[in-house]
Amino acid sequence: MLNFFICLFSLSVIRKNLDTTRYFWNNTDVLKVLQLFVVPGLLAADVLLKEGSVQFIGDAGWFIVLSYIIYILYQERDQLLAGSLLKAGLPYYIFYVVIFIIQYALPSLYKTHEDTISLINTLPIVWLFAFGLSAKNQINNLRREKEQKEKVIHENEALEHLVRERTNEILQQKNQLEETLEELKQTQNQLIQQEKLASLGELTAGIAHEIQNPLNFVNNFSEVSTELLDELRQELSATSIPENSADIIEDLVQNLSKISYHGKRASGIVKNMLEHSRASTGERQLVDVNALAEEYIKLSFHGLRAKDKSFNSDFKVVPDPSLPAIEAIPQDLGRVLLNLCNNAFYAVNKKAAENIPGYKPLVSITTENLPREEAVKITVSDNGGGISEELKNKIFQPFFTTKPTGQGTGLGLSLSYDIVTKGHGGELMVESVEGKSTVFSIILPVR
Amino acid sequence: MKILVVDDETDIKDLFLQKFRKEIRGGAMEFNFATTGEEALTLLKGYDPESVLILSDINMPGMTGIELLRKIREKHPVSPPEVMMITAYGDDANRSAAMSLGANDFLTKPLDFNELKTKLLK
Repeated sequence: MLNFFICLFSLSVIRKNLDTTRYFWNNTDVLKVLQLFVVPGLLAADVLLKEGSVQFIGDAGWFIVLSYIIYILYQERDQLLAGSLLKAGLPYYIFYVVIFIIQYALPSLYKTHEDTISLINTLPIVWLFAFGLSAKNQINNLRREKEQKEKVIHENEALEHLVRERTNEILQQKNQLEETLEELKQTQNQLIQQEKLASLGELTAGIAHEIQNPLNFVNNFSEVSTELLDELRQELSATSIPENSADIIEDLVQNLSKISYHGKRASGIVKNMLEHSRASTGERQLVDVNALAEEYIKLSFHGLRAKDKSFNSDFKVVPDPSLPAIEAIPQDLGRVLLNLCNNAFYAVNKKAAENIPGYKPLVSITTENLPREEAVKITVSDNGGGISEELKNKIFQPFFTTKPTGQGTGLGLSLSYDIVTKGHGGELMVESVEGKSTVFSIILPVR
Repeated sequence: MKILVVDDETDIKDLFLQKFRKEIRGGAMEFNFATTGEEALTLLKGYDPESVLILSDINMPGMTGIELLRKIREKHPVSPPEVMMITAYGDDANRSAAMSLGANDFLTKPLDFNELKTKLLK
């Protein structure tokens, strides 16, 4: 009966608290079989079979089970609990083995000293229970330690999770701040550039004014001189004049008409410059988009031509005669067309410089009435070098430019985009085939 | 008809005299020229305000055309002389200032002489 409780207790403790998978083979299943079947079986044998060779089988069974338990404890002795159990159980086991041998090898000796042996046998039992209790305390301590460890691990995990969350929040805030800072920097730069452009505009307006006055005189004097020559011719017709003089008068009239023609051309450019540099009133008025397109493509062409004599390109406007007048801010819309035309002429000029045989630079503006959408569409196309897919996303960003330093502010398209979308509630889109063409489309609501 | 042209550009005199030579020769028009607002005010003293037409530029050094107009209106609150202002293209601010001071008409640079002739002959 005692063996039964000792084996059951130690097997249960070993199974619950010791890692027994480290040596030779996995002992877990063996221990389970022992605890659940073998030990109760041996108990039954103890109770039922009390005499002779049958009792020997029961005692030998206990011997094997106890040996196995001691063996396991010995193997795991570096674990504190196993060490303690080994210390508690080893004397009991040794006594059990000695008594077992004496009982069956020397039955007469056993019989004569049975009382003494039983008395001596109580010592390892007392020893077993004393150490067993201390082992129980150890088990409890171990459990508490384990629980505390688990608690600490759990708290650590919670703390780490919290730290990670806070770190993420701080990182997000940092990123947001960086983005805001970047936006602020861009806005500051944009303001500086706009200020520069505004002062440049004023300067242009001043210069244009100054040029306009002398040009007026050129035009007016050439006209009045033509009239004077007409009068002279009429007066001289009464008398016979030498043929050469008549020819000279004819040439003079022709020259004056040329002076007048070119003077008016120059006046037209100056007028456009003044119109362009006029501060936008921001007031919407009815605008004839076809006329505006015609005016600004010319202004762009002449402007680039004035800067670079070698520049040349063909250009045309294909107007839709059914286009309605739209409500828009003409100065702002003009600025958009000028920017798009300037870019288009720049692109064809750059491609022309590559001297590709048969290449004819062409910039065109097409207008189209979209009655269903109550909108108009303006496309500015060129057969220049096109825009790569990679750059398409960047061209509307402020300060993005592909032009060499000092030639472009990188604001043209971004301002144009703002004027079309924010200023007029329209759309500005780009399509391009790299190396072949670029088409900018503006869609503007009629009102 | 007496016309007083006020402009700081002296070449305007030759231009007007040549352009309107037939009218001048025929006695239909008589031109006088002033290069400053002050000079114009002095010259005006010798005229009957009802029989003179003043044609004045706006942007002039010293007294501007707007100030000249204001002074003329102050001096002749009743039956003032007719004043035509010459404005630069796109100079909307001065145009509306002159309009509020009671300018009779406007001409825009560059001057269209045929238009001017029609307006003067009216």
